[in-house]
Formats: sequence, structure tokens, C-alpha cells
Amino acid sequence: MSLTKSIRYNFMKDIGAPAVMGFAKAGKKKRRRKPNPNFGPPLKCANRLKEIMTRHYFLSRYAEGARPVAWVTSGAPVELLRPFDFYTIYPENHGALCGAQRLGPELCSVAEEHGYNQDLCSYARIDIGHFLSGKTPVGKLPRPDILFASNNICQTVAYWYKVLAHQLKIPFLLFDTPYNFEEITENDITYMVSQLEEMIPILEEVSGKRFNNQRFEQIMLLARDSSFTWGEVLATMKTEPAPMTIFDAFIHLAPIVSLRGLPVALDYYQTLLDELRERIDRGIGAIKNERKRLMWDNIAIWYKVRDFSNLFAEHGMNFVTATYTNAWAETISNMDTDKPLESMARTYSLVVLNNNLNHRLGLMERLIKEYKVDGLVIHSAKSCKPYSVGQYDLKRLLMDRLGVPSVVIDADITDFRAYSEEQTRTRLEAFFEGMED
Amino acid sequence: MNSPYFAGVDVGSLSTEAMILDTTDEPVSYSIIQTGANSIDAASESFEKALAKSGVSQDQVKSIVATGYGRISIPFADKRVTEISCHALGAYHLFPDTGTVIDIGGQDSKVIRVGDGGKVLDFTMNDKCAAGTGRFLEVMADKLQVSLNEMGPLSLKAGGEVSISSICTVFAESEVVSLVAQNHPKNEVIRGLHRAVVNRVWSMIKSIGVHGAVTMSGGVAKNSGVVGLIEERLGKPIHVHPEPQIIGALGAALLAKKNFLRASP
Repeated sequence: MSLTKSIRYNFMKDIGAPAVMGFAKAGKKKRRRKPNPNFGPPLKCANRLKEIMTRHYFLSRYAEGARPVAWVTSGAPVELLRPFDFYTIYPENHGALCGAQRLGPELCSVAEEHGYNQDLCSYARIDIGHFLSGKTPVGKLPRPDILFASNNICQTVAYWYKVLAHQLKIPFLLFDTPYNFEEITENDITYMVSQLEEMIPILEEVSGKRFNNQRFEQIMLLARDSSFTWGEVLATMKTEPAPMTIFDAFIHLAPIVSLRGLPVALDYYQTLLDELRERIDRGIGAIKNERKRLMWDNIAIWYKVRDFSNLFAEHGMNFVTATYTNAWAETISNMDTDKPLESMARTYSLVVLNNNLNHRLGLMERLIKEYKVDGLVIHSAKSCKPYSVGQYDLKRLLMDRLGVPSVVIDADITDFRAYSEEQTRTRLEAFFEGMED
Repeated sequence: MNSPYFAGVDVGSLSTEAMILDTTDEPVSYSIIQTGANSIDAASESFEKALAKSGVSQDQVKSIVATGYGRISIPFADKRVTEISCHALGAYHLFPDTGTVIDIGGQDSKVIRVGDGGKVLDFTMNDKCAAGTGRFLEVMADKLQVSLNEMGPLSLKAGGEVSISSICTVFAESEVVSLVAQNHPKNEVIRGLHRAVVNRVWSMIKSIGVHGAVTMSGGVAKNSGVVGLIEERLGKPIHVHPEPQIIGALGAALLAKKNFLRASP
């Protein structure tokens, strides 16, 4: 690592970033959006979240050369990287950000011009498109020194990161989690633990730092507490009316995905949890007239989050739970500093997408009961095959077992060329009509 | 005071239907026309045609519900309801034992699970693709130079069946061209095309499940070849009204009456 770059990074971290962000805030005219009568007061925490994420991306520009940089998938056991002081970038989070800003098709097209198929995940196409063109709404992403992926969310990440590793000529660590068809076996655990053990010397070499077990344990506890707190944040939505909506949770998900294991994430979720509990005490709902409670399945449709949020609120329908947001809270109780690597293997291999459909059905049934869900909106995402497979079976089974009506929307997470407004409107309206007694 | 009448207008991608009902839910008249380029004009024209046939004046029609993909733009409608709810209600009204509706229209195909009173319990629709819809058959009929109405009877006369491998309408079109060039009998190709439509719809039927009696609606229900193949696969007969295209407009008209009675009890 270069000393000049390190000094520059530390200057930006302590003085530059707060100053620049302060100026930006002061210079920005407050856009007063007309309050939507269907919503309760907005979350005060939203500004703090924006600051955290802006700072994260802003500082990342200066991280290159000053700190080791890793690009990481959303389901990778990042706790292992933190003791080596890696600056971590999450291409999936960046992809969601591009999607929300409606840049999906533009960046995907760059990848397509280089021969990547339209059927490939649009997070992968955005990332490769960004890599090839340098285009990003966050200014600049730092060049990685290492790539770290886990195929517990899909197999695509393995090939996508392999492309990057090949182009950048940097090491690529893949944490291979055997798919859980029935129950996870001891052999599976041994296999996963030995992979993590093998990674440590490589991480030492890339970062130039020795592995510090004590620091690792602290990080594990920090990550565990953050995920627990995130789980408690989500659980506030069991209250009627729910103090937040799942559309809020889609946005507030960013720290648990990309800053997991850092003090800032835990700190943020504690603040958010306090605010939500206060809202519950005061009977404040996210939407004013919560008549029906819904569940969301699959990743968000990033370019439609605001529109959908308004549309459902208009109908007095609030999304109170999602299999997606739940994924970063669900398995964390496995984390155990007495058996660090083994417990990490369990935590990361038992996530919803690495688990069989019966498990997912059980999870959905539990969420439907706990959150008193009246209906289910299923996003069939063109990008995400592992998430979208089996949805029609789940739909039918949940109808048969619990009588919960549902609707399937064909769309994509960021590439809105795969989204039809007209078709979606008809399906959602029919769903609304069916939900009325 | 004259007794009130109610109307439903179903503006689909290919055809537009209007239905006028009296207070006893009996159809007074209906019309079916091509939608063409302007859905608002088509809605007005079909409504006027139905009025002319019935001898009912526009003032006597107390409530109008619009449905179909063009429902949003119909200025004279009192209410807009999706075709999913309308087909369910229309089918239930005609065949009260209906538990499942298969609707294959111009650019949509859907399977609806229907509950008591014609309520929609669950539904599924085709994704963003015209395979398995009326449009698919229309394109193929054009390519084979037969009329849409002839396709059903022709396919029933087929001795065998040619398998169509493409799901995509555009690719199937060129496949049909080459099959005809290889001297495969037209009726066998048509039967293969019907099979392709049914295979496509079958996955939707399976995803919703078959509940109670099955009623088929939409223009493709007029095709005896497709109906026969669905019955064969289901292993039981299905209800088909002589005018399956009007089921959406009928459901809309029934909702118009309900709407009127709710507003003025």
C-alpha cells in the first residue's frame, strides 16, 4: 500500500469527506416534495442512512492504494475479510443503486455490446458494463485487489467474478456452499471450514497483514449484533399498523448488506430501531390507512420502488414482510465465537437461496402467520433464476394451505426493458379487486 | 319510469365486445367488432351497435363498466374493472359450477380460479410473450392462408400431427413455412400448432390447479381443435358458450348492475 495514498485516504476520511458532504448538504436546495396524504410521517433516520452510504461510496474513491480493496457478493462471509482491513465494495448494492436511478439498461447494454447475453443477471451486466465503461452514478469505484464471492445466492456470481478476475488478473476467492437439499451434513461443514482456512493465508498476502483472531471474534460479534438488530427492525412490522413498509426496508437494507461487521451498521440499526419503537408507542403507521398487509417475494424492482410504494399505499395496502429483507437476519443466530469458522459455514449455507423449496415454503408460512399477511406479491425476476424458480408452486401451495391470494409480476431487478407497465397494471388491479371483500 | 339497463364493454387487443343486460340479468343484445387502432372509437362503436340492436336508448343504460386492456381510456364508463374479475363473473353466471376459467384472448391468456359468487380466488397470466395466445394462431392462419374459423375443423380432420418445436411466434412462423415446403399436410401442421398453444396454457393450468368445472372463454374457445386438445388433456369436457368472446363484457355488465344497485339501493 502506498504511504501517500494512505495519508490522502485518512485525510479524506477524517476531514475531507465530512467537509465535502457538509458543503454539498448546505449548498443543496431543500426540495420540498409535497407530502403524500396516504403516508404517515417519513422516517427521520433516512437522512442518516443517506449520509452513511454517500460517505461509503465517496471514501471508496480514495481507498485504492491506501487500503486493500475487495469486491464482495451479498452472501459472502465478509467477517473473514474485516480483520485485514479490506475496503469492501458490493457490486450488487451498486447495481441496485444504478437500478433505482434507472441506469440499468444503459449499463447492461455496454456488457451486451461485448457479447454478454441479455438473459444474464442484470446485476452482473451492470457490473461488467461499469467495469468496461467506467460509468457509475457514484463517481468512481476503487479497483479491487481481490474478489470474494459465495455461491450461496447463485452460481452466476462465480462466473461473473471469474470474468473480473481474469480481466484484472487478481485473486478470486470462492466460498462454495453445497446446496442444502435436505439437511446440512457434517461433511458439508468440514468442506466449507477447510475453504475458509485456506483463504486466510491468501488474504494475509494480499493485505500484507497477519490474521488476528481476537479482532476476528470482535467482528463476528459486531456482525451478529447488527443482524440481530436488523431482525428486530423487521420485527417491528408485526405491529398493526406497521411503523415502516418493506419499501423502506429495501432502502435501509444497504448497511446490513455492505457494511456488515463494521460499527457503523450496528449503530445505525440501533438508532432506526429506537425510532421505530417510538413510532409504535405513538401508534404511527408507515401508511395512514393500513387495511391489508402484504408479503413480497424476491429482490426489489429497483426502478419501481417509489411507484409501487405510492400505488399500494393508495389502496391501503402495506408490505410488512419479505423473504428478501429477511435473508440477512434469518440465519445469524448460528454465529458462535467458540466455533467461529464452523458457525460461519452454517450461517452462510443456510440462507434462503441455498436451501430447498420446502424450507422456503415453511419460512413463507411462518412469516405469513407472524406478520398477519393477507396477500402475497411475487416478483418473478428475469435476472434471478434461483429466486424465481418454484414460485408458481409456492403460490399454489400457499393458496391451498393458508388461503393467501397472490399475484405474480414478471419483471427484472434493474433492467426495465423486461418490464411491461400495462401487463403489470392489469395483474395488480386484478389482485386488488380480488382482495376486496 | 322505464326499467334500467346495464352495459359492459370489453376492449381487447383484437376485438371489442359490448353487452346490454336488463334487471333480470338477461342479455338484451351484444355486439362484437374488431378493435382496430383506436380503442376509444371501438368502444363507442360496439356500444352503439349493441344499443341499436336492443332498441334501448343510451339514457336507459344506468351504469357502464369497461374492461379489457383498453378499459382505462373509455370516457363513458362509470367504472373500470380488470378482465380477470369480469371473465370470472361472466363464466360463473353462465355456468354456476365453474371453478376454473381458461381465457385465451388476443394477446393474453390466463387461468383463473373462481370461488363462490364468481369471485377471483387466484389467477395466472402469460408472461410478456404472445406464445399461447390468439395472436399466435392468427399469425399462423395468415401464413397458412386459412381463416381463423377454419383452423378448428381442419385440425379435427388431420390424420396425424406435426410437432412444432418453437414456442416463439416469430420462429414458429418460419418453422411453419418450412414444414409446408416439406409437403406436410396443412391440417396436421395446424393440429401441431394447436398442441403448441395447449402446451403453453397447460403450464398455467397446472400452476393454478383444476378446481370444479372448467369454462373456457375468449376468442380461441371458438376453435374446436384447441378445445378438444384441452379436454383430452384434462380428461373431462369443458363448458364453452356459443359466443365465448362475450363473457368478459357479460361480467362487466353484471358488475355494472351491482355498481348501480349499490349506489341507489
